[in-house]
Amino acid sequence: MTTLRNALLAVLTCAATTVGSAQTISLQGAGATFPYPLYSKWMAEYQKIDPKVQINYQSIGSGGGIKQILERTVDFGATDAEMTAQERAKATATLHHLPMTLGAVVITYNVPGLASGLKLTQEAVAGIFLGQITTWNDPKLTAQNPGAKLPAAPITVAYRSDGSGTTAVFTEYLAKISPEWKTSVGAGKSVKFPIGLGGKGNEGVTGVVKSSPGAIGYVELAYAKQNQMAIASIRNQAGKFVAPSLEGVTAAAQGQKLPENLCLSLVDGPGVKTYPIAAFSYILVYQEQQDATKGKALVDFLWWAIHDGQKLGAALDYAPLPKDQVPAIEARLKLLTANGKPLLTKK
Amino acid sequence: MDEAGNPGRETHQKEPLAAFSGGGNLGDQVFRVLTAFFAALAVLVLAAMALQMFRAALPSLKQFGWKFLSSTDWDPVLDSYGALPYIFGTVASSILALLVALPVALGTAIYLAELAPLWVRRPLGILVELLAAIPSVIYGLWGIFVMSPWLRDSVQPLLQKIFGWTPFFKGVPRGFGMMAGCLVLAIMILPTIASVSRDVLLAVPNSIREGALALGATRWEMVRKAVLPCAKNGILGAVILGLGRALGETMAVTMVIGNRPDISWSLFSPGHSLASVIANEYAEASGDLYLSALTELGLILFGVTLLLNILARVLIWRVARGPAGARN
Repeated sequence: MTTLRNALLAVLTCAATTVGSAQTISLQGAGATFPYPLYSKWMAEYQKIDPKVQINYQSIGSGGGIKQILERTVDFGATDAEMTAQERAKATATLHHLPMTLGAVVITYNVPGLASGLKLTQEAVAGIFLGQITTWNDPKLTAQNPGAKLPAAPITVAYRSDGSGTTAVFTEYLAKISPEWKTSVGAGKSVKFPIGLGGKGNEGVTGVVKSSPGAIGYVELAYAKQNQMAIASIRNQAGKFVAPSLEGVTAAAQGQKLPENLCLSLVDGPGVKTYPIAAFSYILVYQEQQDATKGKALVDFLWWAIHDGQKLGAALDYAPLPKDQVPAIEARLKLLTANGKPLLTKK
Repeated sequence: MDEAGNPGRETHQKEPLAAFSGGGNLGDQVFRVLTAFFAALAVLVLAAMALQMFRAALPSLKQFGWKFLSSTDWDPVLDSYGALPYIFGTVASSILALLVALPVALGTAIYLAELAPLWVRRPLGILVELLAAIPSVIYGLWGIFVMSPWLRDSVQPLLQKIFGWTPFFKGVPRGFGMMAGCLVLAIMILPTIASVSRDVLLAVPNSIREGALALGATRWEMVRKAVLPCAKNGILGAVILGLGRALGETMAVTMVIGNRPDISWSLFSPGHSLASVIANEYAEASGDLYLSALTELGLILFGVTLLLNILARVLIWRVARGPAGARN
């Protein structure tokens, strides 16, 4: 029965590919919501370059992207956070993480009388989110903000109530700078926040922050910039207060060697220009592609994305990959095969 | 309702007429089998869903057992899950919302059906029905940007000043929280209950009203002693519809309730609900146990809905049976 079904499937797929190659090649992707605006821009632009290739991307969330690529219902997945060991164990074949762009998480606040320029040390960030610093005139905050009149108002913490890559990056940062956070809360897409109110999505957190004087919360950089929110500068490992910017985010990755699996944590990174709450966003692809035509189209698209595609990011507030890391990703693309043959022909 | 004007509400539950069960006619038989099939389909879908959810929840059921219902810990990092704060949030917010909405909705319905001048009835009725058609995300946004600041700045400080000594109004007034969740829910279920109740009241035959008035009843006595008892089953249906909407409501609640699995007497403190946590966390949940625990929450929501519906039925049935004049 199964053999019969497989045979039938094979015939159908063959038929589909022959028809497909004559007209359009359709690639399906699914995953992270954070890079969605960039990916959809890429896909629209790439279609102008290679009109045969049609790419669809469903921004269903990183978790969904991982699930779908594991079940092979899509040609590529996308995730903000590296796959966990438990998830990796479910992969039936070699699966690669390819860094595609960089994102950052910013701390946004609503302090009456302070429209911009709040400075926060690592201790202040951890203290606020642990619930140890509870008012705005706490010495740990006033010491770094001598010019600002911080009120004696209570702090309302806002966090993401939905599971998200943003929370994963932010809690990873907190766990790195605060041993207490690491042991009592930990890092992940959903964690048990010690204090505060939850908002669903970037817009939910923004809603809580904007409508509550005294509130502080975290959202992704692109969202905060596009909504002109008050953004705090954060002290980095080198001791400098850095406001989030695309350069600061790229600087977080610059000069660091990518490890074997290409997954690198960028939080609290070295360098004076580095903005400390940053992360890669990855695309997930199988090393062995089942369909040579589709595999070829996918590899060509990804090659274009890590080169020409990077230039399209800035307008949408996505930080480009550092130039010194592109060769490692190129090398990974060269490993992708179909029927054992490398798919990348150019270069 | 039979022609004599008696509230014969149970007619539809009587045995099928002999002509139908006898079934000499092929058309009748086909019709009977077909309708029975459709009725069974609803039950089958429900059963299939429950079974599927039960199977998906099995790892969590095995791991936590009954403790899942009583544990207050929900920590995806440590893979430790408990449902109590969510059950509390769902039940408390829905029941409070019902308590707020029911008197207003019944008042609206009685006014529209019994007291309002004719030229008011139609436009006002349409407006009430229009409220029911507003998508929940709009209620949620309105809750975030209009209602919660108003609660925080005006209502909650006042309540705290007067009733601050009770456990219900303690803590920092933040706008977001249980109170905001209840009020948004109350506003959302109000039109459902009001418009269905109005239709039910309008279906009460005039002979009942005339009878009551002829016996010397005032308008209020007529409504209370003659019309409402007649309509009680229908109103119960309206209440259950409203309660169902409150229990399952996700978007509007999650936008204002604070999304924090706490259990507190205070209406100012944040809460969470079963439907909200599933909507919030399911998309990004990756661990097997985590997914299974979320599915078990869905199963519990199933159970809670069923239980509260039964309770509402029993409660209202008892209340409506109370006074002698109310018997039918």
